[in-house]
Amino acid sequence: MHLSGNSIIVLNVNGEDKTVMVKPAYTLLHVLREELSLTGAKSGCENGDCGACTVLVDDMPVKSCLMLAVEAVGHRITTVEGLKNAPIQDAFIKNWGFQCGYCTSGFLMVCHALAMHKPDADDPIIEEWLQSNLCRCTGYEEIENAVKSILSGNYK
Amino acid sequence: MIPFDFDYYKPESMDEAFKCYQDLLINNKKPLYYGGGTEIISMARVKGIEFDSVIDLKGIPECSQLEVSGGKFRIGAVQTLTNIAECNAYPLLSKTIKRIADHTIQGKITIGGNLAGTIKYREAALPLMISDCSLQVMTQGGLAELPFSKAFNGKLQLKKGEFLVSVLIEENDLSLPYNHVKRTKQEKIDYPLITMVALKNKKAIKTAITGYGDNPIILSDRIINHKLYNVEQKINKIINLAHSNCKGDLSGSREYKEFVLESMLQEMFNNFEKIS
Repeated sequence: MHLSGNSIIVLNVNGEDKTVMVKPAYTLLHVLREELSLTGAKSGCENGDCGACTVLVDDMPVKSCLMLAVEAVGHRITTVEGLKNAPIQDAFIKNWGFQCGYCTSGFLMVCHALAMHKPDADDPIIEEWLQSNLCRCTGYEEIENAVKSILSGNYK
Repeated sequence: MIPFDFDYYKPESMDEAFKCYQDLLINNKKPLYYGGGTEIISMARVKGIEFDSVIDLKGIPECSQLEVSGGKFRIGAVQTLTNIAECNAYPLLSKTIKRIADHTIQGKITIGGNLAGTIKYREAALPLMISDCSLQVMTQGGLAELPFSKAFNGKLQLKKGEFLVSVLIEENDLSLPYNHVKRTKQEKIDYPLITMVALKNKKAIKTAITGYGDNPIILSDRIINHKLYNVEQKINKIINLAHSNCKGDLSGSREYKEFVLESMLQEMFNNFEKIS
């Protein structure tokens, strides 16, 4: 593959093939938000620290600010718009897992992936996965309660 | 967003990648090899790095292997830290790389990128420095295999145009008793104040650290395994010998790092004593 300047690529996003014009320098975050109008993933630090831009690529969490859009060709991308009433979304509402909401889409994607891959996750695994995302509002307890409510582990 | 344009190449073989790099050089381009891309993207965003083309190595099969075969654990250079940790063929390496960055980013950072990157810590190198390890490198003359100690001296020693293909670790080393400690300034997710790894085989303990100075270093085998020194003497001699390598920075002063290294060494000796 060789891409230079404006190039047409096909990205599979939320189960649909989307044709977009990109430059190689475009990050996946930029293309999702600016070219596909999927603004669920948020631009926070743009340095891979905050996790507000987290999406799933082949069902694994990825910080889309640190991935070139061209790298995503041939992979399945899922954004928060593609969750479609996943259990974690209801859990966040019931457990008051958000305040301003800016970090929420990123947390939803990580929690959704955690529930998919580690449904029996214990506290250390939950901490390991969720440490990838920052929240400045909630203090994390409500987010922790939300994710635990959809996992099958036994918690005190 | 990256504020400048560049070309993107994704070759499907080692020869194609090497030729692509050479062709770009001939045409006065500034190519970079690209693995996970986390460091390249974050540095490019702030114009901390200059290039006009990237050669993505993720399409090359030899760079993606992950298996134990022929008496070696073979890790392709573009294998992610997550995949290597989940494979867990080398528990010390798994434990070390699970403390690099955070869980999500570990799915993007590659072992080749951690070794070849400009960030000085290169924590993934530590378990490789103290095991029987070699690197496969694509060179002008084709694929070459180099002892790790020859190809890595604090940082990867490759000529322009060469690239890391895979890491090979002798199977005998994979299950040795080990010790891993990472101390940070405050947060769990952070660059190291000091990260220390150690392996113990029948003959000796081997230890390597990073965060102490400019690059990862191996601590003196001779002192660590000296039959006439007690533990306190060994620690004092190691600290004195490593003094010139120690550099204070935002994580900690020189004096604090030496203090922390003392306690980490004591902990290491205690842990290995328990299992001997």
